[in-house]
Amino acid sequence: MSATTRKPAKKRWAKKPSAPKSAATRKGPKRANGSAKRPATKARPAQRPAPERRPTEADEVRVRPFWSGTVTFGLVSIPVDLYPANRPRQAGLRMLSEEGTPLRREYHNPDSGGRIENTEVVRGYEIDKGEFVVLTDEELEAVEPERTRDISLDAFVDIDELDPMYFDRAYFLAPRENAGKAYRLLADVMENNDLAGIARFVMRSKEYLVAIMADGGILRAETMRFADEIRTPEEIGLPKPKKPRPADVTAMKKAIAKLASEQLPEEALQDEYLAELRRIAEAKRKRGQDVVEVEEPQDEEDVGVIDLMEALKKSMAAASGRGARKRA
Amino acid sequence: MAARAIWKAEVELGSTKVPVKMYSAVTDRNVRFRLLDPETLTPVSQRMVNPDSGREVETEKIERGYEVQPGLLVKLEEEELAQLEPKPSREIEIVAFVPDTEIDHRWYDRPYYLGPDGDQDAYFALADALKKEGREGLARWTMRGKRYVGALGTEGPYLVLITLRHLEEVVDASALPRPQSAAPTNAELKMAEQLVEMLRGSFEPQKYRDEYRERVMELIEAKRKGKVVPLKKARAKKADDASLEKLLAQSLKKAGAA
Repeated sequence: MSATTRKPAKKRWAKKPSAPKSAATRKGPKRANGSAKRPATKARPAQRPAPERRPTEADEVRVRPFWSGTVTFGLVSIPVDLYPANRPRQAGLRMLSEEGTPLRREYHNPDSGGRIENTEVVRGYEIDKGEFVVLTDEELEAVEPERTRDISLDAFVDIDELDPMYFDRAYFLAPRENAGKAYRLLADVMENNDLAGIARFVMRSKEYLVAIMADGGILRAETMRFADEIRTPEEIGLPKPKKPRPADVTAMKKAIAKLASEQLPEEALQDEYLAELRRIAEAKRKRGQDVVEVEEPQDEEDVGVIDLMEALKKSMAAASGRGARKRA
Repeated sequence: MAARAIWKAEVELGSTKVPVKMYSAVTDRNVRFRLLDPETLTPVSQRMVNPDSGREVETEKIERGYEVQPGLLVKLEEEELAQLEPKPSREIEIVAFVPDTEIDHRWYDRPYYLGPDGDQDAYFALADALKKEGREGLARWTMRGKRYVGALGTEGPYLVLITLRHLEEVVDASALPRPQSAAPTNAELKMAEQLVEMLRGSFEPQKYRDEYRERVMELIEAKRKGKVVPLKKARAKKADDASLEKLLAQSLKKAGAA
């Protein structure tokens, strides 16, 4: 079995300097815009003030509620909705005709030139050059494992043991139906103990390995790459490590010290390209130059698209309301 | 089988330069499908069509527009877009070295290994120094006409560079309300903690295989041989707060017996 021969990647969080695990330096997931430290109490972590930025159109990026499933641990089930925790980058440009009409993508047969409707196109896997096996949606669904809607937490691990190299995308989990209390219970237990729950599940025809963590009472799932998707230095053929000369290390340490900063300069994470793109576009808009009004395509896919923040707030509140009423 | 480097560069720490080769640390193993014409079972091509005329628009005649607000586009000329393109460079500039707890993993996007390009002494010295100092470098570079921000860290004795998402691309969870449902009782908390403790283990990524991927490949094999595959469906479960304590107790019993 080749899977076992692969050496696991080294832990990246475990290599942290062994700072005393006092209340102020408790390990735990690092925060998106707060400090890595947090009080030992369960109160909301003190947030570093968010970096100032102009509200932009991207703040209203709309996403759809992503997927619904059930987190289970032991015999406890927690129905949840998944929402993406990453926003798509808004740097895309639309393709237009010379008159400013948005273009439509069409499929066609390159030999006959005939058009093929989007709904008619089929999906094929190339088994030999130019030879395909067609797979239907139904067939793909049929091979999804039985646990398809279950995110079954079958192991809990120290958050520090997770290697961020494995992390792919993040999703927030919001409780559904009467799941409020069980959701809170799981979040509390994991957060109090700096644990992450590991599960496997299938979402939209792909199997995922996820680590579920709690942060400020909110559950977040990080989908992870499978071990065979992460290459090792040996596989890449990196040269055998060489013991560096102490003098070289000292020189590097000096170079590092010169550029040392205790805080992340967050402005470096600004999307300069996008900001510049917007600046140019906005300037032209103000001048009324090259502005085109287009009809929003009435794409059936857009139905049910909602604002991410609003949807999340709503589902958090909804689960709370019902749960509380039930108890009263 | 050694991998091919995707890029060559120099890590620039002030005046110190470390020549490196960059390699993708991720191998995409998704099953790749092609879109086919249902009649001929040959791959389709795409073309951009003006919906008014129904005619294809040649690539050179396609204009680009940025959506400043829904329904409102601003056309951008080629020169304007060219002006946006960053200058090509072979430098991985280090903006700052921060404690390795500072860069939130939620910003991590895609990992790359850096290998030495010639000067191995400088390379391994930098990796060693980074590790000893417990720091990560916040790096900036331009690769193939695109600007990137990344975290320069280590993986064993080697350097890794993980691209970072931009600020706007990470949803701020601190703006979300905590679910305010009924608080779990002490008994429930205690039982849940016990249950979690029983399921506690270490993270062994190599234990998990993408079984779904394997099944899709099996399905492809079966279809190639002309076999028929049965279909089944999945259901979502219902939650019930009232019986939470009972379920926990049962789970504990089950876990204990196992």
